[in-house]
Amino acid sequence: MDEGAGPPVPYMARTRAYYRALGYDNDYAWALHDDVPFARPGKPLSAMTIGLVVTTGPGDGSHRDAQGRRRVWSGLVDSPPASFDTDLAWDRESTHTEDRESFLPLDALKRLVAEGVIGALAPRFHLVPTEYSQPKTTGRDAPEILKRLWEDEVDAAILTAL
Amino acid sequence: MPTVVIGSARDIVEHCGVPRFLFSDFPLGNPCGHPWDHAMQAETLRLAAGLLETATAPRTTLRSPFGWKPEDPDWRDRYNRIRPEDRARLLAIGDERRRRRGQAPRT
Repeated sequence: MDEGAGPPVPYMARTRAYYRALGYDNDYAWALHDDVPFARPGKPLSAMTIGLVVTTGPGDGSHRDAQGRRRVWSGLVDSPPASFDTDLAWDRESTHTEDRESFLPLDALKRLVAEGVIGALAPRFHLVPTEYSQPKTTGRDAPEILKRLWEDEVDAAILTAL
Repeated sequence: MPTVVIGSARDIVEHCGVPRFLFSDFPLGNPCGHPWDHAMQAETLRLAAGLLETATAPRTTLRSPFGWKPEDPDWRDRYNRIRPEDRARLLAIGDERRRRRGQAPRT
């Protein structure tokens, strides 16, 4: 249990201060949605097929285009990459990303399937690139992820943000 | 499609607004549980999956009962902290980034 509870880290304030310290004058504008969509599942959890969406791609860089930009990419649950591209903003001073399961929980989800908590895990997991451009996420990447989740016939999705 | 987010930046996720959010109060990098703690990771996923069924409205946040390592109580203050002695180095990083990206130099 949590013995070190405290107020959550103010990441937005810290990020603003960091970019100011880098010499930028304009603060980053995070996505903001007044209306948040909400869908209820049509079946019990124990009968659902779950899809997994993550922000990390394969270590071999096959999720990057010729210019090195990250693109939507899909991997197989039963043969995930041996290493991962974790070149994202995470806390390198306090932790590490050497355990894949701490951000890509394939074994944990398989365990829940074996216990009958969830019905099945989709055969693929999907990378959604983290973008500064919100139109790229909402207009390009999110529809592609949704299309792939439908192809996988999932009933619901779990998203993990590194 | 019903969705649930597992993450550690509570202020950002709640600012954005998502249907369901399992908040892991950990340093960024391990939203699904401490590295190598597979029991905690399974429980974390069990809580997240449960939210798919139990949440009744958007912006539902559940705080994971798991905390960061007791031997590291200072982690919250560490991330992106800016000490006076960091300022010149950070400005140089910003200048290099602007140069590399062809952006106007700082005025």
